[in-house]
Amino acid sequence: MDFAANLFSAGTLSQILVGLSRTTILFIVSSGMSLILGVLRIPNVAHGSLYMIGAFAAWSVIQYLGGGLPAFLAAMIVAPLIVAAVGFVLERGFFSYLYEREHLMLLLLTFAFMLILGDLVKIVWGPEYRSVTVPAFFQGSAEIFGLPLPWYNLFLLLVGPCIAVFLWLVINRTNLGKIARAAAVDGEMVGAVGINTGWIFAFTFVLGSFLAGLGGALIAPMVNISLGMDHTLIMETFLIVIIGGLGNMWGALLGSLIFGLTQSLGILVWPQFGIAFPYLAVVAVLVVRPRGLLSSTW
Amino acid sequence: MRRSAAPLLLLLLTATLLALPQILPRFHTYVAAIVLLTALLATSLNLAIGYTGLYQFGHAVFYGVGAYGTALMLTRSGMPAPIAFLVGPLAAAALSLVMGVICIRLSKLYFGMLQISLGSLVWAVVYRWYSFTGGDDGIHGIPIPDAIASPKGSYYYTLIVTALCVFAMYRIVRSPFGKAIQGIRDNPVRAAAIGVDVKLHQLASLVIAGFFGGVAGSLFVVVENSVFPDMMFWTFSLEVLIMCLLGGMYTFFGPFVGASVIVLLRVFASIHTRYWSLILGTILTLVIIFLPDGVLGMFVRRPRPKESTGA
Repeated sequence: MDFAANLFSAGTLSQILVGLSRTTILFIVSSGMSLILGVLRIPNVAHGSLYMIGAFAAWSVIQYLGGGLPAFLAAMIVAPLIVAAVGFVLERGFFSYLYEREHLMLLLLTFAFMLILGDLVKIVWGPEYRSVTVPAFFQGSAEIFGLPLPWYNLFLLLVGPCIAVFLWLVINRTNLGKIARAAAVDGEMVGAVGINTGWIFAFTFVLGSFLAGLGGALIAPMVNISLGMDHTLIMETFLIVIIGGLGNMWGALLGSLIFGLTQSLGILVWPQFGIAFPYLAVVAVLVVRPRGLLSSTW
Repeated sequence: MRRSAAPLLLLLLTATLLALPQILPRFHTYVAAIVLLTALLATSLNLAIGYTGLYQFGHAVFYGVGAYGTALMLTRSGMPAPIAFLVGPLAAAALSLVMGVICIRLSKLYFGMLQISLGSLVWAVVYRWYSFTGGDDGIHGIPIPDAIASPKGSYYYTLIVTALCVFAMYRIVRSPFGKAIQGIRDNPVRAAAIGVDVKLHQLASLVIAGFFGGVAGSLFVVVENSVFPDMMFWTFSLEVLIMCLLGGMYTFFGPFVGASVIVLLRVFASIHTRYWSLILGTILTLVIIFLPDGVLGMFVRRPRPKESTGA
């Protein structure tokens, strides 16, 4: 195996760009998880299921509206909203009563929801693969430094920073975001000054779920939408959030970059064991900085 | 469980377990063996999570490494079988030591997540290393020594090994070492203050748990004659955790009960329905909301550790 030749071949740059567009998805999903972890202290294993529901819902919306760019864009908005509604039900129906429990119990409860949601998806959409075709508008490739990059990947590369800026604005420039951040540091104190923390928590969970659904909807044209797509993603998301620093939005971004890039480069360098590289990166980061790269609210 | 009733109950249980293969048909004997080895697995996990208070989220990896170690020794080396049955668990214990040294510096959730991450690394290697581990196909048709190859033979082998291991763990939990790890679970700072080496005890507990998890894996090889990477996937780790939770994490025999319930339910539910996860998830939700101490925990009161602030 000629590692060096693989690494410095012409394909490397486009591989990096494709890797970056996948990073966008990872970032969107893991920023949602990070938000929920930071404010609600719930290690939400069901986050991956919400992502999966987002993808299936996007497929359904596109089927219902009959394809084309408008249908596609509508799906990108409607599917996350459906997922946000599911998140609302979960938070108000279950989590809101259980915040005082140990983290272990909460984690297992979310695992229970992952199992339940997985089977509900199977009941609603059936066990078959689904696929969404990229709308004509996004078909074809752009030329970047003489290398082809699919338009859809380029679109994702633009969406990522938009989401990051949007989240930054919500968290730092709105009252809701400021209260949520305060609640992350000391929820009891926020309650003591007369703010209804219950609704802040609900809002955070719904926003986090929306992001999971958006990630799922955005990835829909790039993969086979299938049962079990939540299993690998949730693990990746968890690790991203951990290496970034629990509850830190920029940590989620940094973690996604590390994870996405080691993954795409790893596959380039050593195809057989490429999937092991991101895990190695996580281990390396945690051995050097046990609490993640950036500061954590925990 | 009252103390006076315990010996009688134990005798009854032993008699039943010994008689099972004589009464039950072939398939049910096989299921009983799976129940036993899964119960051993859950009990070994409970040593780390229930007794030491470490968030052992990747326990299935030790089970898988124990199984793969045994399977690879049986298929690829010319060594006699007893050595293979020892190498698997020892490999699991060694891995447990390595992972423990890396993870032990972290607390609670971080510990658990790093362990899952390292476990996923092991899983990814096993899943892809076709030439050595058989990749996602696993290894099938593993040659088992004749004496324990038949369904009845494998059942009795599993029963004896499980009984020995559970007894050993029972003694460990009752030993001064066992008291020390429970002290660490309830209050690590206080335990350190009275001179307990917290990290060393935690590490030892992890290695012991990993070893017995590996033994359960080697039993799986005997009963199933095959191994596959899914048995060390992280979802299975959490499933074993559910067994502990269901039975009761602060009791010794709780995980045994939990594992029996879950394995039996899965076997008989999957005959009738495709939606096993839905059932398991619903049970888990109900247990967490209504029975946080588990089924046995309702009868045996134990002090529950307080969640320390700042996780």
